Amino acid sequence: MLRRTFGATTVALLLTGAAWAQDQSIIVQSTTSTANSGLYDYLLPIFQDKTGIQVNVVAVGTGQAIKNAENCDGDVLLVHAKPSEEKFLAAGFGTARTDLMYNDFVIVGPGSDPAGVGGMTDVQGALTQIAEKGALFASRGDDSGTHKKEVSLWADSGVDPTAASGDWYRETGSGMGATLNAGIGMGAYVMTDRATWISFGNKQDYAIQVEGDEDMFNQYGVIPVNPEKCPSVNAEAAQTFADWLVSGEGQDAIAGYKVADQQLFFPNAPTN
Amino acid sequence: MSDAAALTPLHIRESAQNSPLMPLVVRDLTLRFGETTVLDGLSLDLDTRGCTMVMGANGSGKSLLLKLLHGLIHPSAGQIHWGSQTPTAVTRRQALVFQKPVLLRRSVAANIDFVLKVRGKDRSRRAALLEHVGLSHKADQPARLLSGGEAQRLALARALATDPEVLFLDEPTASLDPASVLAIEGIVNGARSRGVRIIFVTHDVGQARRIADDIVFLHRGRIAEHSPVADFFPTPQSSAARDYLSGRIVV
Amino acid sequence: MDFWPIGHGSSEHAFNFTQRLGLNFGCQTAYPPTCGNFCISGIALQSITDALGLAFALVLSGDGDLLEIVALSLRVSLTATVIACLIGLPVGALVAIGRFRGRNAVLIVMNALMGLPPVVVGLLVYLHLSRSGPLGFLGLLYTPSAMIIAQTILIAPIVAALSRQVLEDLHAEYAEQFRSLCLTRLQTIQALLWDARYSLLTVGLAGFGRAIAEVGAVIIVGGNIDHLTRVMTTAIALETSKGDLALALALGIILLIIALGVNAAVQSVRMTAARQAYV
Repeated sequence: MLRRTFGATTVALLLTGAAWAQDQSIIVQSTTSTANSGLYDYLLPIFQDKTGIQVNVVAVGTGQAIKNAENCDGDVLLVHAKPSEEKFLAAGFGTARTDLMYNDFVIVGPGSDPAGVGGMTDVQGALTQIAEKGALFASRGDDSGTHKKEVSLWADSGVDPTAASGDWYRETGSGMGATLNAGIGMGAYVMTDRATWISFGNKQDYAIQVEGDEDMFNQYGVIPVNPEKCPSVNAEAAQTFADWLVSGEGQDAIAGYKVADQQLFFPNAPTN
Repeated sequence: MSDAAALTPLHIRESAQNSPLMPLVVRDLTLRFGETTVLDGLSLDLDTRGCTMVMGANGSGKSLLLKLLHGLIHPSAGQIHWGSQTPTAVTRRQALVFQKPVLLRRSVAANIDFVLKVRGKDRSRRAALLEHVGLSHKADQPARLLSGGEAQRLALARALATDPEVLFLDEPTASLDPASVLAIEGIVNGARSRGVRIIFVTHDVGQARRIADDIVFLHRGRIAEHSPVADFFPTPQSSAARDYLSGRIVV
Repeated sequence: MDFWPIGHGSSEHAFNFTQRLGLNFGCQTAYPPTCGNFCISGIALQSITDALGLAFALVLSGDGDLLEIVALSLRVSLTATVIACLIGLPVGALVAIGRFRGRNAVLIVMNALMGLPPVVVGLLVYLHLSRSGPLGFLGLLYTPSAMIIAQTILIAPIVAALSRQVLEDLHAEYAEQFRSLCLTRLQTIQALLWDARYSLLTVGLAGFGRAIAEVGAVIIVGGNIDHLTRVMTTAIALETSKGDLALALALGIILLIIALGVNAAVQSVRMTAARQAYV
């Protein structure tokens, strides 16, 4: 009898589990920075109140988010690696890409600033100096948008840090928060998006050392997943969400999200 | 301890079976474990009724002989025939009570219920069986908290629940107090009087005198002597039995 | 009051909440800038004290989001444990009483599967449940069902391997009696499972402990979606990645308390059973 009760419970639990996957919901495959900084916690209730559409966010690195979307495991893609996003579009996985907002990358480092890059605005110069001094630098190393950006900045500066991988160049292979925790733990410089840094809770004696270079601009884009490639997507709700984000109301909401009185994201969707 | 109506008389059971179990014929029975020969060409004939006591020194192979006869283990050589059948074919029509009773981790009643259920017997017989072995008042207690004597009586009740035609007992009263020994002998005698064939391993000479019809004496893997109880104790024929009875243990 | 920083729109509240309690997560003031690695141990110690206070405050506040996460953790892991037992116990019993060719190989595989890395299980389940995978049509990815499936795969081998050992030991005691009673294989398995039920409770507990504590599988197939698939461990991972170590640790403490509670409950059942010599 005991076993029968267990069985019934199991079935009931599975059924409720299935029932949770309601129709008016979409899955956003997202980069971690927008989730870790708390932006969704602020934006989504506003959107849900208005439309009744439940938005479920899967926050992973940009690389994995794109991969998951290509597997049709999301309705909307929200990441920050324009070349990869365009490749995604070209392969027919997305319907259209729209610039959504930007913030910028900064390089944070310990208060002691062993490479002496504090206050520099030339990011290539700062990276070269870090490499010359052999100061520790913690990289995402996870093919994320931030990592791709970092790799391109190193390339611009003419330094190949991977030659020193495991020496002063430490690739954590983890998300932004985990890389910050690791970098701070070992006293390494870390390149992070400003939004994650402002809302990060374990700063210790770290501070922004390098900022303000135009090359550290960080553009986010939004792409609904193409129902022709992925018939399972909730195309209508996905489009509603993407449209709302780039609408005046959505853009105002993005601008309105602040942590410690600082605006984290700057909306820049094209106005029609 | 009343003779319960739940204990089916033998003639009803016999008619239900297609072939008689007795007589038992054993020829050249040999059992080896690697280099060790435990039973060495043993032959034995047992007839239809009564209580046969198997005696012999420790290590003479008494318990293994019971298990061979019951079909729990297989001989290295030789034949065993219950009527015209092999032991494994008739295991179901027999029951074995072990020296150390193996009781389920359940209540006394549930131990009986288990056997009645797996053997497809009438579940309502439980009360009568417990009454028969004097354990009615312990029905709801955990079986493994019973005293040694009570545990062995429960094992007996469980064996009787299967309505065996042959009941094997492997030193069931070793390490029990005299009252418990008598209680168990009473139950065994009751079964014999209903026609159950009893094959009983014991070291207890007094017990053998009280309930045995004949004695099988094992020595060095063979039957040293098989004689009626009236002859065995006063005039043992084999030197091994004489030594055993006089306390000179031989191996 | 909404103290819970994971819920929608409540991040700032959590910030205020910790400040209100006077908790200090940074060491900018407490440590000189040159403290280097030694800074970490100081921080860690302080975080633990903070976390204890925070854990208590969270529990006492009865926060809805916290309850939701705890409830989902229990629902997913208990369901996975039950299903893993329905699969693992019969398998363990069959191997325990079976004498067949290749039994040793089966034992080795069963024992090796106990060490399945959760991330690998998560990936395998993801690949199957993904919309582009063979079971994608079920639409189970990023649902509690997917998490239950992953955890079931993770712990069924544990249940099978440990129950095999328990049942084999018990069978060694019962085997001759059972053969004398002419039990069928099915009757033997049923009797062994029933008589070993209190020991098997501990086996189930081992599986449950592994399920509720793992993060690698559920974060991949569940996606750590707020209000849908966020459980204790993925919430802890999230708070850690946000750098909120004290809150992460507080959640860890609550997880530990739950595990202690479940273990204590099972232990008390076992003790009752032991008094009746049923263990």
